[in-house]
Amino acid sequence: MPNYRIHKTEYIDETKRVSFKYDGRTYFGYEGDTLASALLANGIHLVGRSFKYHRPRGIVSCGAEEPNAICQIGSKKDLTEPNVRATESELYEGLEASSQNCWPNVKFDIGGINNLISPLIPAGFYYKTFMWPKSFWKKVYEPLIRLSAGLGKSPTEPDPDIYDHKYVHFDVLVIGGGVSGIIAAKMAAKNNLKTLLVDDKKILGGSTIYQNNETIKIDGELSSEWLKNEIQEIKKLSNLTIKTRTSIAAYHGYNFLLAKENLTDHLPEEKRRNKIRQRLWKIRAKKVVIATGSIERPLVFNNNDRPGILLSNSINKYLDYYGVTCGENIILFTNNDSAYETSISLHNKGIKNLIIDLRKSASSKLIKQAESLGIKIYFNHVVTNTFGYRKINSLEIMKLSEDGNTTVGDKIKLSCDCLGMSGGWTPMVHMHTQSGGKLNFRDDDQVFLPKENNEDQISVGSCNGDFDLENIIDKTVNKINKFLDIDNQDYKNTNIICSKENDKRNIWLLPNKIPLGKTKCFIDFQNDSTSKDIKLALKEGFRSIEHVKRYTTTGMATDQGKLSNMHALGIIADTAGVKMGTLGTTTFRPPFTPLTFGTLVGRNVGKFFEVVRKTSIHEWHVENNAEFENVGQWKRPWYYRKNGENMHDAVQRESKAARDSAGILDASTLGKIDIQGSDASEFLNRVYTNAWSKLAIGKCRYGLMLNEDGMVYDDGVTTRISENHYLMTTTTGGAANVLSKLEDYLQTEWPELDVYLTSVTDHYSTASICGTNSKKILNKLFPNLDLSDENFPHMSFKEAKLENINCRIMRISFTGEQSYEINIESKYGHALWKMCIEAGKEFNLTPYGTETMHLLRAEKGFIIIGQDTDGTMTPSDLQMDWIVSKKKYDFIGKRSLYRSDTIREDRKQLVGLLTDDPKEILEEGAQIVSDIKSKPIDMLGHVTSSYFSPNLNKSIALAVVRSGKTMKGQKLIIPMENKNINVTVSDTIFLDKENKRLNA
Amino acid sequence: MFLINCPFCGERDQSEFYSGGEAHIVRPKQPTELSDDEWAEYLFMRKNIKGVQFERWNHIHGCRKWFNVVRDTSNDKILSVYKMGEKPPVNYK
Repeated sequence: MPNYRIHKTEYIDETKRVSFKYDGRTYFGYEGDTLASALLANGIHLVGRSFKYHRPRGIVSCGAEEPNAICQIGSKKDLTEPNVRATESELYEGLEASSQNCWPNVKFDIGGINNLISPLIPAGFYYKTFMWPKSFWKKVYEPLIRLSAGLGKSPTEPDPDIYDHKYVHFDVLVIGGGVSGIIAAKMAAKNNLKTLLVDDKKILGGSTIYQNNETIKIDGELSSEWLKNEIQEIKKLSNLTIKTRTSIAAYHGYNFLLAKENLTDHLPEEKRRNKIRQRLWKIRAKKVVIATGSIERPLVFNNNDRPGILLSNSINKYLDYYGVTCGENIILFTNNDSAYETSISLHNKGIKNLIIDLRKSASSKLIKQAESLGIKIYFNHVVTNTFGYRKINSLEIMKLSEDGNTTVGDKIKLSCDCLGMSGGWTPMVHMHTQSGGKLNFRDDDQVFLPKENNEDQISVGSCNGDFDLENIIDKTVNKINKFLDIDNQDYKNTNIICSKENDKRNIWLLPNKIPLGKTKCFIDFQNDSTSKDIKLALKEGFRSIEHVKRYTTTGMATDQGKLSNMHALGIIADTAGVKMGTLGTTTFRPPFTPLTFGTLVGRNVGKFFEVVRKTSIHEWHVENNAEFENVGQWKRPWYYRKNGENMHDAVQRESKAARDSAGILDASTLGKIDIQGSDASEFLNRVYTNAWSKLAIGKCRYGLMLNEDGMVYDDGVTTRISENHYLMTTTTGGAANVLSKLEDYLQTEWPELDVYLTSVTDHYSTASICGTNSKKILNKLFPNLDLSDENFPHMSFKEAKLENINCRIMRISFTGEQSYEINIESKYGHALWKMCIEAGKEFNLTPYGTETMHLLRAEKGFIIIGQDTDGTMTPSDLQMDWIVSKKKYDFIGKRSLYRSDTIREDRKQLVGLLTDDPKEILEEGAQIVSDIKSKPIDMLGHVTSSYFSPNLNKSIALAVVRSGKTMKGQKLIIPMENKNINVTVSDTIFLDKENKRLNA
Repeated sequence: MFLINCPFCGERDQSEFYSGGEAHIVRPKQPTELSDDEWAEYLFMRKNIKGVQFERWNHIHGCRKWFNVVRDTSNDKILSVYKMGEKPPVNYK
């Protein structure tokens, strides 16, 4: 097996050998490696197939910008993770990784045929091709596209890992632990500011930490040695918190940032158990220092995507940090000085290399150093083509013309096994722009730079466009002193020597003799978009960068165009003949690198996903085979399954019993608002549609509440407990919103009213007993209470004692039966319920759930807010004009009841429906029509509630129908998938229209 | 995410608050006197300004009090907060 690890470094522990699997084969690396560095040490460059053309692709970078080395990590159904960048994945014993987007394997991939037919699939191919014939979409195109779409495989079982969230507050947050970040953090912390320094890597130091060029020195030492001392020093600072393996995902307004800390991803699986895998930090910082550095740009030339072609600085890091060389015969292709550092470092380790430089000449210290070492340099040359299928083996270069627009002279063919490219540097302005910051364009080296826009945030170092070390340190120190309003002198006498770049030449799309249409000059490696895709988009009329991006998908892959966006912009600017700075950029959106769902949800999984509210009687329901229904956050018994019966049978049994003898419902979840104050009556007058001033103490009244737009919002019964004291009930789901709405009116519109609202929903448990025998059961429970209709009529209220516990009893009914609601302090709810059940035994007192409740009220035509109403129904639409006071001067929503739209007679109105076949049960939500022959079919409305009534022995339904009020007796049709159901419009009240049962 | 200075509780995270839209829209004292258009103006029409906007906020997961906020919607800077019933600060008008 080849070994490309050619020297020892302090970051690789060669005493700790680590075995790992890649695509099923076992390899070895060392502790300190990333998956990428370990693969390269084993001579593996080819790590994946490109998304569209399935071209072989290799590792390009050594960090978050990596477009190609995207792996599936792990093979277990619950732990496997797709789209992990091998350049960021730390190696551990037993790591299993595989390449993505290739079948059957990365070396032989069937999809590679796309590369051969690539002239047929240009930008916009999908939009253009899959339009016709129309019938092909569903059966042919969509399944095919779905097969080839997406990268990697998601886990198929729930994630067993633990994730965590943490809120923190700091005076200063420093993002990035390179040289400028370390200086900023030290200055802040030494000035007694509570400081947090985060860096996404395992160790601090950025790219300076492995710097070993003799031309770059600080205080006489190598810059890396100087920086190591600085790091030792900041680790001693007590008010500095350092978090490594932590990357900022999002920078929101008001200096609120999200950071992801990786805690166990670098550990072997057996050492991760019961530990938190990732933590999401929610950071509020008074001030933020952005020191995120910059990333090297690739160059855009023909076949610039072969395995073995990397960024020049990444070759340098693999060499000096990991001890791995990316090749034995390396060519570096550059337009700036930084590739010379790589070249010199390679040369010093005995690796043969040469340089191709776009510039006509250059004269910095670094270049002189390279020349003096005898490194061959081709100035004013350009790479025009590369060769080698699974790995680069040679390339062609040509001389550039004077203006750089074309090539001249003869091709020179050079052999190599690795090509490094350096197209200059792009400052990482993501954080700055995410926070709302704007950018300036610097023409000199064609970079977007942060425009300082507020006092709470600053960018320093190379993310601010300062590239040489002297500039970085001097400027950082000055800016931080000013930003934090301090006077730190630590770096006053620091002596920095470095090479200064004097010469620049940038060409976004490098010239070539081959026509563009026959080249493959990749811009976005992950989404496979090329320079000719960009040009095609422009030719087809796209102008906005946002449109070109979406049409060509440039910058839309998981790397979000970290390597490609600038080139796309540059080529657009050059082609359209405009200045690049005037184009603007696409929007930088969070997260900076992909986040796991686990990190985002933290602990809010399983039973912590949402709050569950249970009544004090819940355990009894569970013991008695209740099936539950979610109503808001409440768990309500839906129906009680007896002797293995199905839902229909259970509901029919419950409904029959509740009318024939007695039924009991847990009504504790209804919203309850305690209303007190000398203006309570006036307040109710204003919020309900009916009149309240004359309600006697001890009486109850049903009320309908509207929105200001006149639409029904909530309903419920309110009881006058004493002169200035009411108890309002609301729907279960609406309780919180009703309270908020009432508070809003009290605080903002009617502050003069003396009214106090308190939510008491959870304070009381309610057992509602209904049916012909309900009075007898109540009598057993409250033998001293006079239950006669004269003393305790329908819609009235009594206080009574159950043993010595106070109860409030309301005689109110939602079923149309004689009915009593017993309210008791919640802690006695369970006991009350059991006493009711015991007392009701001889009367077959049957517990019933929400489904039976809905059925019973539908028999009586009582509405359910949210089921028979949908926010577009007025009281008149519901045939409830009787509850709207004509006398009251005003109430919420009154004025809207006679707007031109609300008085229209062809509004949808609530009606009853009876099926011609009494056994046929309609589907709720089904459409209603009168004529199925004329097309398009005119939709008149829909079914809102539908049940089989055991008490009437027929199917009944409520529906909203256009002009329904005038249609009683008319025949309508419910068209279903395979039949049409004939129905007749009826009254909404199906049972006991005279309310005889209420006083039976 | 904003930091909002509740006039009753002090600075709190935005997640504790509920936004109630434009402020200083007074509910007409005599709605029955209004034409459909005038009522619609009150009911539906909002300014939705880019720039300095007066808004209502409710500290719904805190003291539950409503109060007013002056916010520049172009950069989300909160310029001032004041209690219900207090006069809006004149310098932002």
